[in-house]
Amino acid sequence: MNAEEVVEGLLSGNRRALARAITYVENEYPESKEIMKHIFPKTGRAHVVGLTGFPGVGKSTLVSKLTEEFRRRGKKVGIIAIDPGSPFTGGALLGDRLRLDGMDSRKALWTDPGIFFRSMSSRGRAGGLAAKTGDVVRLLDAFGFDVILVETVGAGQSEVDIIEVADTSVVVMMPETGDEIQVNKAGILEIGDIYVVNKADLGGAEKVERWLKYMLSLDEESVQMLSQMTHADEAKVASGEFFERRKGWSPPVIKTVADRGEGIKKLADAIEEHFEYMKKSGLIEKRRRERVKRELFEIVMNDVIKLVKEKTNYRDLIMKLLKGETDPYTAAEQIVEEVIQNAGKG
Amino acid sequence: MEKKIRVLVAKVGLDGHDRGAKVLARFLRDSGFEVIYTGLHRTPQEVAMAAVDEDVDVVGISLHSGAHLALVPKVVNYIREYGGNPDEMLILVGGVIPTDDIVELKKMGVDEVFIPGTPISEIVEFIKKKLPEKRKKK
Ligand code: B12
Ligand SMILES: Nc1nc2c(ncn2[C@@H]2O[C@H](COP(=O)(O)OP(=O)(O)O)[C@@H](O)[C@H]2O)c(=O)[nH]1
Ligand SMILES: [Mg+2]
Repeated sequence: MNAEEVVEGLLSGNRRALARAITYVENEYPESKEIMKHIFPKTGRAHVVGLTGFPGVGKSTLVSKLTEEFRRRGKKVGIIAIDPGSPFTGGALLGDRLRLDGMDSRKALWTDPGIFFRSMSSRGRAGGLAAKTGDVVRLLDAFGFDVILVETVGAGQSEVDIIEVADTSVVVMMPETGDEIQVNKAGILEIGDIYVVNKADLGGAEKVERWLKYMLSLDEESVQMLSQMTHADEAKVASGEFFERRKGWSPPVIKTVADRGEGIKKLADAIEEHFEYMKKSGLIEKRRRERVKRELFEIVMNDVIKLVKEKTNYRDLIMKLLKGETDPYTAAEQIVEEVIQNAGKG
Repeated sequence: MEKKIRVLVAKVGLDGHDRGAKVLARFLRDSGFEVIYTGLHRTPQEVAMAAVDEDVDVVGISLHSGAHLALVPKVVNYIREYGGNPDEMLILVGGVIPTDDIVELKKMGVDEVFIPGTPISEIVEFIKKKLPEKRKKK
C-alpha cells in the first residue's frame, strides 16, 4: 500500500489501512510523513484516556472492561497497549491483548468492528510510552474512534509522558503497592485526573483510598491557601504547572474489582465527566495547545538535526572538541550559523 | 530504521496445551521479535482479526487437539476476509501434527509445520530466512 492508498482507506473506514498506517508510522517509513499530513485535519474529536500504574495492578483488565462499558454506551473504542521492549535484543512480549475479555460475551470484543486493539513495544524508551504513541493516537482519532484508551508500560517510575497524550489520565493502584510511600512517589499525585484503587477484593483498599484522598485534599488546600496569599507570584509557583492542568477539578478516587467488572460503570462515568469538565472549563484547549506545541517542536528538532547532519561540517567540530580546540557552546553557535547560511541552498 | 518483525502466536479452539506456545513466545522475544500471544481458546475469526489489526509478519498457530485440518484453513480464509493478505505473511503451524497432514496443511497455504521436539532456534532461523523471500514476492 502506498501513502495515498493508506490515507484513502483509513479515512473510509478500512481497518487494514489503519493497521498499515500504524506500522508505517511506528517504523518511521518514508510514507509516514505524507500520511500524517493528510490525516491531521481529521483529528481532534476523540477523547484520549491514559491508564498508568505499576505492572500487575490491573490496567489491561480495566481497559478490557472499560472497552465493554463504552461499547454498551454506543461508543467506538480504539486501544493502544504498550509493553516494554528490550533495548538490548529489541524483542518484546506484548501481552496486554490477552486480557481483552468482556463480562457478557468474551468473544465479541476480539471481532467487534467498533473496537481496534493495537499492541506496541516501547522499544527501550523510558517514560511509559512508545516514541510514536502520539501519532498513532491521531491515526485512531482520524479513523473515527470516540474513545482512545492508552495503556502505558507501567515500569513503576514516573511515567509522566502519558499526560502529554491524554485528555484524561487515570492512575491505577492496588492495595499492596499502596502504602504512604508509594502514594507520595514520583509525581503520582500530580498526574492523575482520576485515581483507581483496583483489586478492592484483596482487602486494604480502604487504606489506600483514605491516603490518596488525604494527600489529594492536602494538595488542594495548600494551593487554595497560597492563592489567597498576597504574593500572587508565590502562589503561581507553588501551585505549579501540574495543578494548573486540572484547576477546579477534584480527582475522584474509585475502588474497582476489574476482573469481576465491579466499579467499572462508576469509572466510565468519571471519565466522561472529566471530559465534559475539560471542555466546559476550557482546560482542554490549554492541554491540547501544549501538546501540539510539543509535537511541533519535536518535529522541528528532528528536521533541524537532519539539516545539521546534511549541511554542516559538524564532524570537523567534533574532532576539534575531542582535541580540546573548541568547546561545545562555541561549536553549537558555529553549527547554527552554518545551518542558517546553508539551509536555503539546494 | 529497520522494521521489527511482528509475530502472532495463537492457540485456536478447544485445546489447553499452551506450554509450547508460551515457550516459543519467550524464545522469539529473546531473539528480537515483537511477539503477541493470544492466550488459549481463540476462534479462527479472533486470530484472523488480531493478525490484521496488529499487522503481523508471521502468524503462528499452535495446535495439539487434532483439529488442525479444520481450523487452519479457517484462520487463513478469515484473514483474507478481513482485508489482510495471507500471502504476504509467513503462516506457521506447530504442535502435534501427523506427517500426512503436513502435506495437506502446506497445500492450504501454510509455509512450514514444526512438530514436537523441534529446536526453537530452528524456528527462528526459518523466520529470518523465509520472511525476506516472502516479502520480495509480493
Ligand atoms: C503436557 C501435556 C499435557 C498437559 C498440558 C499442560 C499445558 N498447560 O500445556 C495436560 C496434562 C493438561 C494435557 C492434557 C491433555 N492432553 Co496432553 N500432552 C502433553 C504432552 C505430554 C506434552 C506437551 C508439551 O507441553 N510439550 C512441550 C512443548 C514445549 O512442546 P510442544 O507443545 O510440542 O511445542 C513444540 C513444537 O510442537 C512446536 N510448536 C508448538 N506450538 C507451536 C506454534 C508455532 C507457531 C510454531 C512455529 C511451533 C510450535 O514448537 C515447540 C518446540 O519444539 C503431549 C505429548 C507430546 N509428547 O507432545 C500430550 C498430548 C499433546 N496430549 C494429548 C491429549 C490427548 C491430551 C488430553 C485430551 C488427555 C485427556 N484425555 O484428558 C488432555 C486435553 C487437555 C486440553 N484441554 O486440551 C495428546 C494429543 C493427541 C492428538 N492431538 O492427536 C498428546 C500428543 C499425548 C498423546 N500422545 O496422546 N496434556
Ligand atoms: N484479585 C484481583 N485480581 C485482579 C483484579 N484485576 C485484575 N486482576 C488480576 O491481576 C493480574 C494482572 O492484571 P493486568 O490487567 O494484566 O495488569 P497490568 O499489568 O496492570 O496490565 C491478572 O492476573 C488479573 O487477572 C482485581 O480486581 N482483583
Ligand atoms: Mg497490561
